Amino acid sequence: MFDYAPAPESRSVVTIRDSYGLFIDGEFVDPTDGGARKTVNPATEEVLAEVAEAGPGDVDRAVAAARAAYQRVWGPMPGRDRAKYLFRIARALAERSRELAVLESLDNGKPIRESRDVDLPLASAHFFYYAGWADKLPYAGFGPDPRPLGVAGQVIPWNFPLLMLAWKIAPALAAGNTVVLKPAETTPLTALLFAEICQQADLPPGVVNIVTGAGATGQAVVGHPDVDKVAFTGSTDVGRQIARAVAGSRKKLTLELGGKAANIVFDDAPIDQAVEGIVNGIFFNQGHVCCAGSRLLVQESIAEPLLESLKRRMARLRVGDPLDKNTDVGAINSAAQLDRIRTLATAGTDEGAQAWSPPCDLPQQGFWFAPTLFTGVSQAHRIAREEIFGPVLSVLTFRTPDEAIAKANNTPYGLSAGIWSEKGSRILWAADRLRAGVVWANTFNKFDPTSPFGGYQESGYGREGGRHGLEAYLDV
Amino acid sequence: MSDSAAVAAAGPARVAVRKTYKLFIGGKFPRSESGRTYQVQDSNVALASRKDLRDAVVAARAAVKGWSGATAYNRGQILYRVAEMLEGRREQFVALGEPAGEVDAAIDRWVWYAGWSDKLPQVYGGVNPVAGPYFNLSTPEPTGVVGVVAPAEPSLLGLVSVVAPVIVSGNTAVVLASPTRPLAAVTLAEVLATSDLPGGVVNVLTGTITETAPWLASHLDVDALDLTGVPDPQLAVELEQAAAGNLKRVLRPAVTPVDWSADPGTRRMTTFLETKTVWHPKGT
Repeated sequence: MFDYAPAPESRSVVTIRDSYGLFIDGEFVDPTDGGARKTVNPATEEVLAEVAEAGPGDVDRAVAAARAAYQRVWGPMPGRDRAKYLFRIARALAERSRELAVLESLDNGKPIRESRDVDLPLASAHFFYYAGWADKLPYAGFGPDPRPLGVAGQVIPWNFPLLMLAWKIAPALAAGNTVVLKPAETTPLTALLFAEICQQADLPPGVVNIVTGAGATGQAVVGHPDVDKVAFTGSTDVGRQIARAVAGSRKKLTLELGGKAANIVFDDAPIDQAVEGIVNGIFFNQGHVCCAGSRLLVQESIAEPLLESLKRRMARLRVGDPLDKNTDVGAINSAAQLDRIRTLATAGTDEGAQAWSPPCDLPQQGFWFAPTLFTGVSQAHRIAREEIFGPVLSVLTFRTPDEAIAKANNTPYGLSAGIWSEKGSRILWAADRLRAGVVWANTFNKFDPTSPFGGYQESGYGREGGRHGLEAYLDV
Repeated sequence: MSDSAAVAAAGPARVAVRKTYKLFIGGKFPRSESGRTYQVQDSNVALASRKDLRDAVVAARAAVKGWSGATAYNRGQILYRVAEMLEGRREQFVALGEPAGEVDAAIDRWVWYAGWSDKLPQVYGGVNPVAGPYFNLSTPEPTGVVGVVAPAEPSLLGLVSVVAPVIVSGNTAVVLASPTRPLAAVTLAEVLATSDLPGGVVNVLTGTITETAPWLASHLDVDALDLTGVPDPQLAVELEQAAAGNLKRVLRPAVTPVDWSADPGTRRMTTFLETKTVWHPKGT
């Protein structure tokens, strides 16, 4: 084993202002009835900026701006012209990707390797993909003249701040809607830089409005009577509240919620490849991934060698400075999330499962949790049922393929699943039976703008990405 | 010849066999476990209870594996067989007071949906050209158990138009029949029971919607809810709120009256579908 020299990415590419207003009708404005909150770098607890907190009156202004832009500009605009604005945004995201990646890692705590190689390329590609749909909607299979819905109210989480923004805004704008988007309160900065990119692209004022704030701001967006469409990505509990809140309205609703994905390793799986996939499945983005492979189901006959190999690999994970290009696992996004992870990990031990973590020096400042796996986990344990949303893997075993499927499906969620096997017919057999919206065979956590993403059961409804993703933003 | 002389000549008038219209659960026709019936359309009809509703959900859940696992070809064949049986019972539906034109439209509607079973995955799924060495395929799959509140009017065409799109893709259904026009629903159940449709794929409850629908909407083993036939907007809101408990997919009642004779489109099918996307690496 050799040591790595520090290889930090430079912060100089990004300028963070001391304070940010709300982005309404094409301009940054001060909140009229809200306050402000600080956003911190979770790796150091350093305050990065003060960000406005939108109150109900501010949300009302944003919705009014979106409505006016929908009626006067964006709705009547030919699809080919909407497309050109989206292409501009896609290009700007790619060209400013270093700046955005550094900002994302600073505000979120994710390793620069991931923000640079995953979040940014995918965000830009998402706009590029949907730009092409804007003038081809009659060919999308939703009838000869599918109409937009109007104003979309969108609330996104903190785990992939800019990428989730892209998943929400790109299809909405391509279909001809205007948007009011609320980023997560702990990760607003890339959305605010995106607002500058909208200005840079000369996007007509009011087409995109960004209102920062916490839960109350989100409720105001979702509950606003002049919003025609609600899209939410986040926890299943909040998803339930939103579904109740929009009941009886004419608002179209799509929800992308929690998960507790099974990652199934059969006895004929390529072990080294599977270990890489397991690590990617649960430690990618510190496990702050709704589709994380948080339940490892391994066939009993290979459990021992597989776990040995997995532990060896986990001991090589580099946890630390998110801006270091060699870092594999960054900081937990917030103190609140760290609390939740600790609570559930403690519950795992209390309920009789055995925790294991590699020796791992965690920084003194910031929010950190060492990569952890639990063995001796039963299906009834909280760590096998509840979404931890952190770098914690629960290991269960099975004997027969039928048992693997039964255990994998024993969850109220249904977002994703993984299958590791060299046998093609077994993969297809298992994929047919897994109740999950995305199934990765011999790979994990792969995303693409053309590939629909979304869950079964309590993981929500509707799909994002691909032709399917347009449906959420069309009156069909 | 006097009437009494005619009776004497023909023998006494035949006494009809009267029928109680019962529930349809798991392929059988039980009475309500509550023992209750009510009088409607000049007939005695079972009045379903909460327990009957739960039994129906159990039956519908048990049928999911077989029905969703059947080949699309097989489901299409069985649904076409239902249309054949409907055609054979055309006069029976007319005798129940269904206008002949609506009975014909209902049969044609059933045939239309039957043909969708093996076309939905082709129209609604497909290959996604991802930027990497993966074969990436999206396929529609049934949501699971769907609760359906059937419209009162037109009682057969409306019923067929909400049941067929739910089951053609492999879902199973718990149907709350119209309280005021339940005979067409029970008669349709008799058609289904003699059409090779596996027991439990469609379950029909008669009675009052206000009594059973809240339990259907809040049931944690029901995956989706079609509120088309809910007459009271406030009840529809409450049912949608209850459905949020396990995030059921909900089809809200239409804002404007539905034209049941118009081309129904695919929405009644697609609302009760999940899209599964599978990634397979390419390599040697």
